[in-house]
Amino acid sequence: MIGWLLRRIGQAMLVVLAMTVIVFAGLHAIGNPIDILIGEDLNQQERLEAIAHLGLDQPLLQQYFSFLKNALQGDLGTSFVYNEPAIGLILDRLPATLELAVVALVMAIILGVPLGLYAGMKPASPVSKLLMSGSILGFSLPAFWVALMLIMVFSVQLGWMPSSGRGDTRSLFGIEWSFLTLDGLHHLLLPAFNLALFKISLVLRLTRAGVREVLPQDFVKFARAKGLSESRVMVMHVLRNTMIPLVTVLGLELGSTIAYAVVTESIFAWPGAGKLILDSINSLDRPVVVAYLMVVVVIFVTLNLIVDLLYKLLDPRVRLEAAQ
Amino acid sequence: MSQAPVTSPVDAGRVQSIWAQIIHDFLRSKPAIIGLVTLLIVVLMALFAPFITPQNPYDLMQLDVLDARLAPGSASAEHGYSYWLGTDGQGRDLYSAIVYGLRISLLVGVGSAAIAAVVGTVIGLMAAYAGGKVDALIMRVVDLLLSFPTILMALMILAYMGKGIGNVILTLVLVEWAYYARTARGQALVETRREYVDAARGQGLPQWRILLGHILPNCLPPLLVIAALQVARAITLEATLSFLGLGVPITEPSLGLLISNGYQYLLSNEYWISFFPGVALLLTIVAINLVGDQLRDVLNPRLQK
Repeated sequence: MIGWLLRRIGQAMLVVLAMTVIVFAGLHAIGNPIDILIGEDLNQQERLEAIAHLGLDQPLLQQYFSFLKNALQGDLGTSFVYNEPAIGLILDRLPATLELAVVALVMAIILGVPLGLYAGMKPASPVSKLLMSGSILGFSLPAFWVALMLIMVFSVQLGWMPSSGRGDTRSLFGIEWSFLTLDGLHHLLLPAFNLALFKISLVLRLTRAGVREVLPQDFVKFARAKGLSESRVMVMHVLRNTMIPLVTVLGLELGSTIAYAVVTESIFAWPGAGKLILDSINSLDRPVVVAYLMVVVVIFVTLNLIVDLLYKLLDPRVRLEAAQ
Repeated sequence: MSQAPVTSPVDAGRVQSIWAQIIHDFLRSKPAIIGLVTLLIVVLMALFAPFITPQNPYDLMQLDVLDARLAPGSASAEHGYSYWLGTDGQGRDLYSAIVYGLRISLLVGVGSAAIAAVVGTVIGLMAAYAGGKVDALIMRVVDLLLSFPTILMALMILAYMGKGIGNVILTLVLVEWAYYARTARGQALVETRREYVDAARGQGLPQWRILLGHILPNCLPPLLVIAALQVARAITLEATLSFLGLGVPITEPSLGLLISNGYQYLLSNEYWISFFPGVALLLTIVAINLVGDQLRDVLNPRLQK
């Protein structure tokens, strides 16, 4: 187990290393970094000084190593726009994004699992068929358009929901959170639902498929033959065995939810990292773009690692395989 | 292909019956028929856009700022036609803009899916053919690409390369080839072990002919299904990127950009600028998904009883 874990961590670090090469190469292969990193309003002397200061006169390999060294020390450059360390800007806004993504995932589980359970138990019922066609719609609907329609209906027409911002926040562990206040929750609901819509369809379909696969198996028949109540059979035996693929997929989905939050955040003016990265792309603020990419890659790789670990803990078959 | 006449002595007749069978199977599902008809209408509208629209929405001379933000059904003050779906902030007839926008969506969707299909299939077949270290390396890159969210890759590439429709297509190709490569490789590895490949080898055919003439055609069905579904994904992604202001130029709005332009008027209850382009987008995507889903069911021999 320890050996497996170490090997897996090694692989994860290799992926992060590969990404630093790609990001670095992107910075240098496409466009001249001197034009990108140094303003145009300098004279020749200042220009040369700036190039020397940034180390751009060094061989490329050496530049890469200093980029890597700085990155390891948490220095991914300074934002042109805010004139602050790029990594700090990202980390300041990351909690808002994480909050949105986690609430969206929780919403997907709360809505998707029971609906999927129902659709799996009664596949022939009209409600199940409606749910399945609805989930196709959930996959097909462009998220940004749904966001606009949600605002149109619930904010503009009905006036029930706020259309932008985080609302009141309360501090916990030195970070501001929206879900701790009623007003914040109120602001959170629409964007989180928007981000969750695709995942709800996904969870619904996965749960249904899992239930359909588990139901005909012997251990379910045996549990019923023991005289266990139907709800106990469903929760303890069927649901538990459908959770394994679900945990895997959802763990991986958290990463993509953070990435897709870019769209939701920009529409609902949610002050997270996604909105920052979009503004940075538009204002060609590359250090912030680089910092965002590196942070998201690290989150992604870490999540992958945790999911693998959870998978082992949840599924005895995989655990046994590793032990042998 | 459950009733395909396996014993049929004439090859041509058999091929024809397989196609007839596929079409017959495909038309068994009502949603798939609806999807196919919708898709045909959308494609025809996009193809014949100049003939069925009252104005060219990309020709600034034809736009009348006085007609900006008119409600659906309003008549134009100067021109002799009504704006059935209203006008946008620049006085564009929304119906015309949507039909022209469909052209961009379909061009980006079909174009990127086609290029990605060719590139991905070639790389996948090469990996299967080469085997060993080359195969392992290619597949690691594919795994890496597939594990990252598409939108993240797209943002990264567009951040480096800038906006523009060509860059959007390039982005989509760079992101999507991996799907084809993985499927083509997997399928090719299965097919390589089949007897007809042994037979071809026995005939002394060169490797490339076996690969292109015998293995490739048998890898096509799953690739076709992926291509159909990827077109829908590509259209969604283009619309999303254009909505975020990273896609097509402002002067030639695609559906995503039209929706984005309508966003500011949404809060003052002028819903139509965002609403109708979105409906067009949704119809197109759902139609493609329905057709793709049914294609998968029809072409996948595992699902057939």
